[in-house]
Amino acid sequence: MSTEANVHAVDHHDDHGHHHHKQTFIDKYIFSTDHKMISKQYLITGLFMGIIGIAMSLLFRMQLAWPDTHFTIYEIFLGKWGADGVMDPNVYLALVTIHGTIMVFFVLTAGLSGTFSNLLIPLQIGARDMASGFLNMISYWMFFLSSIIMLLSLFVEAGPANAGWTIYPPLSALPQAIPGSGAGMTLWLTSMAIFIASSLLGSLNYIVTVINLRTKGMSMTRLPLTIWAFFLTAIIGVVSFPVLLSAALMLIMDRSFGTSFFLSDIYIAGEVLHNQGGSPVLFEHLFWFLGHPEVYIVILPALGITSEIIATNSRKPIFGYRAMIASILAIAFLSTIVWAHHMFVSGMNPFLGSVFTFTTLLIAIPSAVKAFNYITTLWKGNLQFNPAMLFSIGLVSTFISGGLTGIILGDSALDINVHDTYFVVAHFHLVMGISALYGFFAGIYHWFPKMFGKMMNKNLGYIHFWVTVIGAYGIFFPMHFIGMAGLPRRYYTNTAFPYFDDLANINVVITIFAIITAAAQLVFLYNFISSIFYGKRPTKNPWRSNTLEWTTEIKHIHGNWDGDIPHVYRWSYDYSKLNKDETDYVLAGQDFIPQNIPIQENEEEMNH
Amino acid sequence: MTVFLVLTVLFLFAITIWQMKKIFNLSRLKPQDNSQIATENDNNNQGKLMLGFLVFFYIFLIVGFWNWTSVLLPESGSEHGKDIDQLMLISMILIFTVLIITHFLLLYFAFKYRGIKNRKAIFFADNDQLEFVWTIIPVIVLSGLIIYGLFTWTDIMNIHEDDDPIIVELYAKQFIWEARYSGQDNTLGQANVRFIEGVNTMGVDVSDAYAADDVPARELHLPVGRKVLFKMRSQDVLHSAYMPHFRAQMNVVPGMITQFALTPDITTADARQSDEIIKKVANINKLREEKSKGLVAKGFEALDPYEFDYLLLCNKICGASHYNMQMKIIVETQEEFDAWIAEQKTLSQTLNP
Ligand code: HEM
Ligand SMILES: [Cu+2]
Ligand SMILES: [Cu+2]
Repeated sequence: MSTEANVHAVDHHDDHGHHHHKQTFIDKYIFSTDHKMISKQYLITGLFMGIIGIAMSLLFRMQLAWPDTHFTIYEIFLGKWGADGVMDPNVYLALVTIHGTIMVFFVLTAGLSGTFSNLLIPLQIGARDMASGFLNMISYWMFFLSSIIMLLSLFVEAGPANAGWTIYPPLSALPQAIPGSGAGMTLWLTSMAIFIASSLLGSLNYIVTVINLRTKGMSMTRLPLTIWAFFLTAIIGVVSFPVLLSAALMLIMDRSFGTSFFLSDIYIAGEVLHNQGGSPVLFEHLFWFLGHPEVYIVILPALGITSEIIATNSRKPIFGYRAMIASILAIAFLSTIVWAHHMFVSGMNPFLGSVFTFTTLLIAIPSAVKAFNYITTLWKGNLQFNPAMLFSIGLVSTFISGGLTGIILGDSALDINVHDTYFVVAHFHLVMGISALYGFFAGIYHWFPKMFGKMMNKNLGYIHFWVTVIGAYGIFFPMHFIGMAGLPRRYYTNTAFPYFDDLANINVVITIFAIITAAAQLVFLYNFISSIFYGKRPTKNPWRSNTLEWTTEIKHIHGNWDGDIPHVYRWSYDYSKLNKDETDYVLAGQDFIPQNIPIQENEEEMNH
Repeated sequence: MTVFLVLTVLFLFAITIWQMKKIFNLSRLKPQDNSQIATENDNNNQGKLMLGFLVFFYIFLIVGFWNWTSVLLPESGSEHGKDIDQLMLISMILIFTVLIITHFLLLYFAFKYRGIKNRKAIFFADNDQLEFVWTIIPVIVLSGLIIYGLFTWTDIMNIHEDDDPIIVELYAKQFIWEARYSGQDNTLGQANVRFIEGVNTMGVDVSDAYAADDVPARELHLPVGRKVLFKMRSQDVLHSAYMPHFRAQMNVVPGMITQFALTPDITTADARQSDEIIKKVANINKLREEKSKGLVAKGFEALDPYEFDYLLLCNKICGASHYNMQMKIIVETQEEFDAWIAEQKTLSQTLNP
């Protein structure tokens, strides 16, 4: 790398590159302000919550498949609510609710975005750390606290929150209506309020860091797509999470201070409540004003991660870099004006339904562009099937198959009959849950060497991928059918309707696939943990990648680069670029040109 | 069918195990390379598995349709439902076409361009025409769908007074549905939860002149071919009135009145005679008999045989027994309906016996 003596190049961060001071265990592992350590903290916490969330789904899936069987497992895990091996209906709803909450917020928002935004933003833009390491640390610890509170809520006397992860009032406001809306819901709301604060601190930090701390030469149009995705995710979060916070605060007031934001004309447990004039539909608007952007908060980082991984492992530039950025921008913007497609049959004015059908189907366009661009990136590539690459291809598959059914749900007329059925459950699990999970796995396999200085075992990775990818379709593909058969979601059992008796077999198939798929995750966990300790040492740039994180040392140091921060001379997608005479690659014998390599003489300059 | 399902699962299991074995063998053959980075050999195998997955994916779709189309909802029992089904069919065909093509491209490319034999990738970063084409195609197709969908939606949701619908209240509370017919005057009496007392379970304002002839009911009877306008009220939490056979759904919201109008066009009796439903019912009864055998062996009572009825379900989580909040709907001829409603007590008769 040529280090031109340009005074302006030495930004103020360069001078504290390398100084050793004694770090205590607590500084280093617990109250660390180093973005790489915080990223690992997010990862481990997220994985831990994920184990709990998935275990919960297994319990309620068993109940759905074998509603008449007594399982001692229920007694072991659910205690008094699983007495005699029979699951209590309230605890069924609690499992569904907490499963949904944990998976969406704790695993795929904090776990996914927290891990990779923290790890990659400073490393890929060439910064020594986040803009504020201290706020970053606070953000993690607030997330940790909210996780603890959410888990504690499982142990309250009347049971945890069980009004669904969407916590629509009045159900979530009235303990008389459902026991989980007592102390359980109070803890749920407390936990989420802290979670939102944590998420806001994190997001603001990401935004400021991306805007201010890019190294010399790293213009916005040279940023890797990962950073673009994290950047816009953070912006969406800052725009929409406060609205959920206000909804939660209003709900808290309705619950505890007798206000009537969401309550009106209610007669319950033999008496009329005093509340008058509130509207549950208002809550739905507020909730989905976050709730819909939330699904993009979940999926955009995953798409950013796979963009990077697919390009690297195809040894080709990502196809349509600018179109990819434009799609992310379009999705980010549109995602804030489609929320009411969750409310077509909520009782709101049908004219609004028409408007939101229109905006919703619009958002399908940038999503389609992204899918086509991924496929074209594979075309005439030289595909390296590392586990991360497999999961990225898996993501493209589920993003398409789940996204397509969105065309049905987004169409108000069609939504009438499938709203709140298993069709919806199938749709959102594929397009958001499974896709984002694949992005998460892809990211872990790809950046494990950067995070832990070890390689993960690829063969275990292959097993993990193939069982998961078949299992996930095995779980969620049949759900489309039972949904179109008219089966509502959030039903404790379907045996109350003989009409649904012919769905029992399908429910068994789904549950068996769920158990197999969950078992495959044990392979991953084993691989993850054993690789941290016994994994093979990687080379500095194991995937032969262009982005800056691979120019740092394997061993983590505070400040990331030992010497000066590298400068950037090109975008991050110069894979397999030939020299002017087309006799060889630009760098002879090497099919990639890292971003810190200046433009060569034998090279045609692109407009990046 | 169960056998078929079990076989499918076993087949998939076998594939999985076969794959695992293959991978283990491979890892044993090449102990010297443990960089944990995909080798040419890995690329070759995984690329082929991608092709295998493509085949699996198509087979899974076919097997799914083969086995499970029989569980889908039968022909719509309401007029507007036929439009919805039509739109659904078109959307489904479109979705499957796109699904099949994109998966072919994705997985076939994955196979074809797997990194073997010193393959060289091309440097292909942009192509404006291509990108324009695949932006404009979704734009056109989706515009078509949006316009079609919006016409259908507006037709369904706009309620015209001149259709002269009969007006029926659907009243939801944890975990019961009730109905209130508007009687001779076809106008419902005012109501509010504050009037709930004794047998006046729906909180009707008895001082309202329109209320006297209202008819409360626990079973929903509807005359065929006549538009009915449901006015919905909830007593406690959100519920959702879901009538899957009519392709109808509307949330029931405390503090406001929501509405949905539909025209049932197949009587319950006729529906029971349709081939689709005869087959479905026979299948359900076969399953119930099998289950009954087990129950009887354990000393429980056998299950009753099942007969088809239209249903009103609750489709918004509303509490512990949400899963069992239902009401039977009976669609009958106008004469049968008139006879039935004449037998019911009006509100004033119920309140002042
Ligand atoms: C082994 C994997 C999983 C299985 C078997 C599974 C299964 C299910 C099922 C059957 C339901 C619906 C229950 C009902 O509505 O009655 C459900 C709800 C839900 N799941 Fe999952 N799930 C899995 C993973 C995930 C992931 C990765 C996410 C991440 C987004 C997720 C998010 C949700 C949400 C948001 C709900 C809705 C909860 C509610 O209705 O309140 N799940 N899950
Ligand atoms: Cu949405
Ligand atoms: Cu209900």
